[in-house]
Amino acid sequence: MIDVRELTHHYGSHCALRAVSLEVSAGTILGILGPNGSGKTTLFRILSTLYPVQQGSVTLGGISLTDDPAAIRHKIGVTFQAPSLDPRLTVEENLRYQGYLYGLSGRPLRERIEEIMSRLKLTDRLRDRVQSLSGGMQRRVEIAKGLLHDPQILILDEPSTGLDPGARIDLWIYLQRLRDESGMTILVTTHLMEEAERCDRLVILDRGEVAATGSPEELRSSLGGDCLTIITENPDSLREKIETDFQLPFQKIGDNLRLEAPRGHELLRNLVEAYPDEIQSVSLGKPTLEDVFIARTGHQFWGAESAS
Amino acid sequence: MNEPTTPQVNSHPAATFLAIRALAARELVRFFRQRTRIVGALGQPLIFWILFGAGLHGSFQAPEWAPAGMTYQEYFFPGVVVLIILFTAIFSTISLIEDRREGFLQGVLVAPVPRVSIVMGKLVGGTILAVIQAVLFLAIGPLLSLIGLAPAMQIGWTIGTILAAGGFLILVAFSLTALGYLIAWPMESTQGFHAIMSVFLMPMWLLSGAFFPVPETGWLAWVMRVNPLTYGVAGLRQLMYAGMEMGESPRIPGVGMCALVMLVFGAVCTGIAVWMTGRRKSADQR
Repeated sequence: MIDVRELTHHYGSHCALRAVSLEVSAGTILGILGPNGSGKTTLFRILSTLYPVQQGSVTLGGISLTDDPAAIRHKIGVTFQAPSLDPRLTVEENLRYQGYLYGLSGRPLRERIEEIMSRLKLTDRLRDRVQSLSGGMQRRVEIAKGLLHDPQILILDEPSTGLDPGARIDLWIYLQRLRDESGMTILVTTHLMEEAERCDRLVILDRGEVAATGSPEELRSSLGGDCLTIITENPDSLREKIETDFQLPFQKIGDNLRLEAPRGHELLRNLVEAYPDEIQSVSLGKPTLEDVFIARTGHQFWGAESAS
Repeated sequence: MNEPTTPQVNSHPAATFLAIRALAARELVRFFRQRTRIVGALGQPLIFWILFGAGLHGSFQAPEWAPAGMTYQEYFFPGVVVLIILFTAIFSTISLIEDRREGFLQGVLVAPVPRVSIVMGKLVGGTILAVIQAVLFLAIGPLLSLIGLAPAMQIGWTIGTILAAGGFLILVAFSLTALGYLIAWPMESTQGFHAIMSVFLMPMWLLSGAFFPVPETGWLAWVMRVNPLTYGVAGLRQLMYAGMEMGESPRIPGVGMCALVMLVFGAVCTGIAVWMTGRRKSADQR
């Protein structure tokens, strides 16, 4: 359904996407996981026809984005991260005008609005101005807007921005239902690990490049075994010691040392016994997507800019 | 889910029309929900008209083509109509910058509508608002003479000139909104638009024969003759005096010429606006 090949995008001299390739088959949810500045919003804007294709090729539903963006606009529903609703209009007006833009009118449009509003449990707010709704409700109207014309492909940019945890879960249940019941192809950008976990397939983007592709399960198991993280005052000297004593290549990530190892619990005991004074704490766990990101890119998901 | 309701051919005229209607209707709804905009667009020109009309009364000498005994306030009347249209056009197109900032525009840009309907939606909406206000002022203005805030005027209408003036107002309003659109499109902030307004749009109006007549010679005469808005003011002025011959003068172009200039000007501005809107540029979205 979505086929991106060797897509490169520059803003002036800054390269936002470098030879990105990805493929999404019909009826799957693809997550684009990456930190801020990884290029996922640029990718989203290209796919949603807002930005031109500079280099490479993009095909959506069999149509080339370079040849016929107008035909692609029919097939896709788009939900932006920033609101695209008119706050001064009512929910119903926003959806009605959206319908007109997609060639719907009269009774079919009214029925469609009612149907989608009841699915998203918003029927009683139809006559309210958008500015009077809570952030979570605005988000739902935003998604309703993207789904109004029953698109084959739904593209969402950070859809859970501003949603509380409960609403976030509802959103994902709804997305999965769309996939299962209508066979919709869904592409979601996110920087949240727990959202990425819910996708069928993931593309991990880092600094404009694809760092890894696969299902969340595949990606995690690709690391093998357990993930060991040591917090220490002096990471460099400890790393050298471990390397000479154990022949183990610990990675230094920030001020921590980490390693994937098949038998993590034994290694943990040995390390703590060998360096009781240097190690402040050790954690051992099954690899998470964050571990995948760190292993593939060599740096933390939350870079220095967001330092968390 | 439903049977696919997505229409296959959206470049179909009906779909284009539907999109224009939706976007234009939204302009009207928004306008009438912001009461202060109505006051701003109609109130200020009205005050200008009364104050300047009274203040410059003594120093005004009617041009030779004018009907005998024309006061300054009467001379200024069509100029104020054009000012109202200009203000409304400016406000309508400033909303384009807001649409971009608030995010509404991106939703429109990804919709499968011909780019020309995005432009036309804005222009038709702006034109309707401008014409409504201009007509209101045309009706209210002469009534002010009853309470002494305006002199008696020699304006006379026939059915024919009312229709012609209506058409001409639409033409002027559409052209000015198109001009505003192509100024607003590349702008990131409304402050930028205000700057353009004070150094370009207001002087354009001042030098259109709205405020003072085109002089016979000199650089000012030339500037005013190449100003398209001069033709907007002159055309409207002449249509307002049904059955009264304006003296033939090189200082005021004929109605046909005025309509032609406005038509060409509006078409060029609209063409550029459509071209700008159709261009997909990375820098366009923030």
